[in-house]
Amino acid sequence: MSITQREERAVPASDRDRTTRPAHRSGPSVWMAMPALVFFGIFGLVPLGGVVALSLVNWDGIGEMSWAGLANWATVLTEPATYHAIWLSIEFMVVCWLVQTPISLLLGVFLAGRSRYRAVLGVLYFVPMLLSAAAIAIAFKALLDPNFGMSLAFGIEALSQDWLGDPDLALYVVIGVVAWQFIPFHTLLYQAGARQIPAALYEAATIDGAGTVRQFFHVTLPQLRYTFITSSTLMLVGSLTYFDLVFVLTGGGPGDATRMLPLHMYLTGFSANEMGEGSVLAVLLVFTGLVLALGLSGLASFRKGSQMEGM
Amino acid sequence: MARTTRMRPNVPAGVAGFLWLLVALVPVYYVVITSLRTQEGFFSDNPLVPPSDPSLDSYRLVLESDFLLYLVNSIVVTLGAVLITVSLSLMASYFVVRGTGRLSGMTHKVFLLGLAIPLQATIIPVYYLITEARMYDTLLAIILPSAAFAIPLTVVILSNFLRDVPNELFESMRVDGAGHWRMLVSLVLPLMRPALVTVAVYDGLQVWNGFLFPLILTQSPDQRVLPLALWSFQGQFTVNIPAVLAAVVLSTLPVLALYILGRRHLVSGLTAGFGK
Repeated sequence: MSITQREERAVPASDRDRTTRPAHRSGPSVWMAMPALVFFGIFGLVPLGGVVALSLVNWDGIGEMSWAGLANWATVLTEPATYHAIWLSIEFMVVCWLVQTPISLLLGVFLAGRSRYRAVLGVLYFVPMLLSAAAIAIAFKALLDPNFGMSLAFGIEALSQDWLGDPDLALYVVIGVVAWQFIPFHTLLYQAGARQIPAALYEAATIDGAGTVRQFFHVTLPQLRYTFITSSTLMLVGSLTYFDLVFVLTGGGPGDATRMLPLHMYLTGFSANEMGEGSVLAVLLVFTGLVLALGLSGLASFRKGSQMEGM
Repeated sequence: MARTTRMRPNVPAGVAGFLWLLVALVPVYYVVITSLRTQEGFFSDNPLVPPSDPSLDSYRLVLESDFLLYLVNSIVVTLGAVLITVSLSLMASYFVVRGTGRLSGMTHKVFLLGLAIPLQATIIPVYYLITEARMYDTLLAIILPSAAFAIPLTVVILSNFLRDVPNELFESMRVDGAGHWRMLVSLVLPLMRPALVTVAVYDGLQVWNGFLFPLILTQSPDQRVLPLALWSFQGQFTVNIPAVLAAVVLSTLPVLALYILGRRHLVSGLTAGFGK
């Protein structure tokens, strides 16, 4: 979602309304938006401030709170576990992006072609989107079981590894399963983006003698840069904050091999009952997420000017 | 002519497309056939070959546990959250698009900013709010925050659709003396039906599959929703994988039905909402 792109569309629209409409025709009252604003404010914006406040108290989640000052911050920032979780999250985020982006892009462009069999494939590709993270984690746990899973199907020694029990492998297995879960959604974005590329551009490229591969690199890819930024933003922020599947699939294990920042925050707050320290981790998470999202949408608006000229 | 050249069959792409189909569907196929195995069969059969004597015992076992209760809980939570989200977001998007002052631009900005707030990072304060409001371990505790976090994206998507409604339609109703509420109900509501179906299905899917809010905000088995139930089934039937996978299939069936009914709306609507 390109944030700035939408803002710029909204503002001229209301300017236009203001100049063409006589003054006595008033717009709807703000009360119409109030319920949504209040509702989102209570559960979205208040917790954003609340998480900073809670990082300054000692609280076990049930009993009374007591003031802690910066003690939680000192604890969290000196613990090696924090840096381990941050590092894992960064690695997870980057590898997820590297795996999912090329596949989604190619599948999306492929599905954008209008032929019957591609439409049928499209319907089937999206089936993983329907499953809950808990369901996916349970299915892959069974499938990856070293004794009764895939290894039993092919009798290949290499498949009977303890995929989720090996600390060197577990993170990459989680990345693979997450890719399986989210590639359909990003494929959908790229498919939509590719369908909006004007056919005239391809016609011109064909007349110039460009083949399928050159058309892909010189027409399709440059035209998809906004989809690329939207998809990458959702993918990076999504994997930075992803919790559900990792929790059910590995619970952070083996050891702490997949204990990424969101999971580390949950386990610190809700399992170790250190809500204050958990909140410190949550602040780190919000901060990184917001910087990432705003930075990427800034990138989108920075490059906007040159894009529009071509259209 | 250019179209036909572009549609020349692309063999490598087709092959890759079918390979991905295998990747996407083999795990789903595995879940379905394994749920039809007996427990002994699970330990001995080839996991990718359908069982020679399919058995529904696992399904019986799951349905005899409290599965139906969890199903009803999930339906209540999903319907409740979707109703709140869609109705509040429709009103808000009307104000964002039809509003004239600075406030409507600011409202729009609040929701755009809201898109960037990660739900995961707010769980501790949300847990605090819910316990303070004495709603911990109720279905309402799941409904309220789930609905709230779906609002920003829903407003943004609905606003995109609402901008496409021609101004003349509003003007002619205004001439007839209609107020904003009447325009919302008798003009916007019918025109936006496809968009509303899209966001309702999309939000519904998110809530139906949501895991984190139920995990931190409920505790007792009678408030359990399906994803959480799957997770606890897994602990309960550790050695009976076919039963766990039967629960997975049963929990996905309602969503599959919805997908088949609303697929056209969902795909075209989402691409219009995201793709601009």
